Amino acid sequence: MHPAYSVIFFTTASSTGYGALIWLVILAGTGATTPTFAFGAVTFVIALGLITAGLLSSTFHLGHPERAWRALSQWRSSWLSREGVAAVVTYVPALVFAAGWLLLGTVEGIWLWVGILAAILSAATVACTGMIYASLRAIPRWSNPLVVPLYLGFSLSSGAILMVTLAAIFGMTPGIWAWIAAAATALTWAMKKAYWRHIDTAAPTATAESATGLGEIGKVRLLESPNSSANYIMREMGYGIARKHAARLRTISMVTGALVPIVALVLAGFLGGMPALAAVVLALLGTAIGVLVERWLFFAEAQHSAMLYYGASDV
Amino acid sequence: MTSLPANPGTKKLGLVIDLDICVGCHACAVNCKEWNTGGHSAPLTDENPYGADPLGVWFNRVHTFEAGDGADGRTVHFPRSCLHCEQPACVTVCPTGASYKRETDGIVLVNAETCIGCKLCSWACPYGAREYDHADGVMKKCTLCIDRIENQNLPEEDRVPACVSTCPASARHFGDLGDPDSAVSRLVEERDGYDLMPEMDMAPVNKYLPPRAPARENPAMQAPALAPETPETEAEDGFLGWVDRMLSR
Repeated sequence: MHPAYSVIFFTTASSTGYGALIWLVILAGTGATTPTFAFGAVTFVIALGLITAGLLSSTFHLGHPERAWRALSQWRSSWLSREGVAAVVTYVPALVFAAGWLLLGTVEGIWLWVGILAAILSAATVACTGMIYASLRAIPRWSNPLVVPLYLGFSLSSGAILMVTLAAIFGMTPGIWAWIAAAATALTWAMKKAYWRHIDTAAPTATAESATGLGEIGKVRLLESPNSSANYIMREMGYGIARKHAARLRTISMVTGALVPIVALVLAGFLGGMPALAAVVLALLGTAIGVLVERWLFFAEAQHSAMLYYGASDV
Repeated sequence: MTSLPANPGTKKLGLVIDLDICVGCHACAVNCKEWNTGGHSAPLTDENPYGADPLGVWFNRVHTFEAGDGADGRTVHFPRSCLHCEQPACVTVCPTGASYKRETDGIVLVNAETCIGCKLCSWACPYGAREYDHADGVMKKCTLCIDRIENQNLPEEDRVPACVSTCPASARHFGDLGDPDSAVSRLVEERDGYDLMPEMDMAPVNKYLPPRAPARENPAMQAPALAPETPETEAEDGFLGWVDRMLSR
């Protein structure tokens, strides 16, 4: 599948924003942070800013962005519509929670419950994003039970690292929160490893033989394409990446997105002051690169069954 | 509404494509383009049409495959268009309701007024049947020529999809596949018509008829050659006879 930058930015930025929002509610709920105005203001602006920038970016690849509001109507059948509804609804409790924190300086009682609602809706939005991909039978590598947990995992781990970094900037000692972020990161990348193993070893779902129904005659191969230059389907679905490049990019994403952040976060848990801040900033930079590469690969490595009509032998 | 019709009618309009007959002339694809660029989803935009790398919207494309090897191998021309599935994922994924399946006859259509051009339907279609029009910013697809099959201004025999009306080999058939007694249903029954990629669970309405098995004992392709005929020459009289006799010596 063609890795569109707008969709890569949306799925990474918004999901990090939602993850940060969830961890902000957890920090407030556990009393790990006091609702100071400065920390709250910066964190809400960054988390909601990432969410909003991602959502806006996702409308840039539309043919008619001015009609985007229509996408809220078909939540009965469409995961994309459900994602849109969940994203819009999440703003309400998120902004009320922010108002309690910033204007009244309280994150307790009803305000905390509103925050918990915002956290649940954030997770639901990210899960809907995962379901958009997981529900597509035409792309068999996405149609597997790891995709939704992976989207949630990346949201929670990158959100945790962002939150720990912001807290460290405001003078909080990362301590156990750095280790929680490290654990979330390790768990997520372990799932990613399993996903890669799955897509490398799963039996093909469809073949050129089943796509044409000519398997009884023998092995089917394309003799002549219907068109002399690439058409929309070939450009959108036919994005291919050489196996050796994919292997190298997987290593780059594992090193920057998993190894560097986990080591840095484990160290940060023992440290304080500037060394801890330096370590969590390094973890944040590593995770940003690692997740962007991982998301690019998620699209580039996925094969669409329509390509069976354009020369692919199986998907 | 992108939920599938709650009470679908029994009518299932669709195509039956005979892979035994198709000669791969692309006339169906060309006439489809010709009709539909002025029809319901007009225009079918071409970008850079005379350049080195043209890109255009087509609802019907003819692929050519080789199947099998050696004497058992076949070259099969394979026209491919929307299959108007009974469980069309392209419809249910649509976030706006622009993509829909008609309750009355099962035709899958796009409302160009409400399509936001998110392209998700083209991702959901396993068959690559939907093509995005970059100039219009909306998704386009085979309409089964709703502007022909219901068109009272056309003579009755022309109220079939453009691809069917133009096929010089009669490899394409149009009709109601929901009616077991229709001509197309009987054809599917007689010739073991099949679904493309049944593992995708889209329950396509369009059916394909397999190429017939080749005749193993090839009958002679031409009449036996005639033995060369030597006309009997009769002796002629007169001057010509004398010349003939002189030259035949």
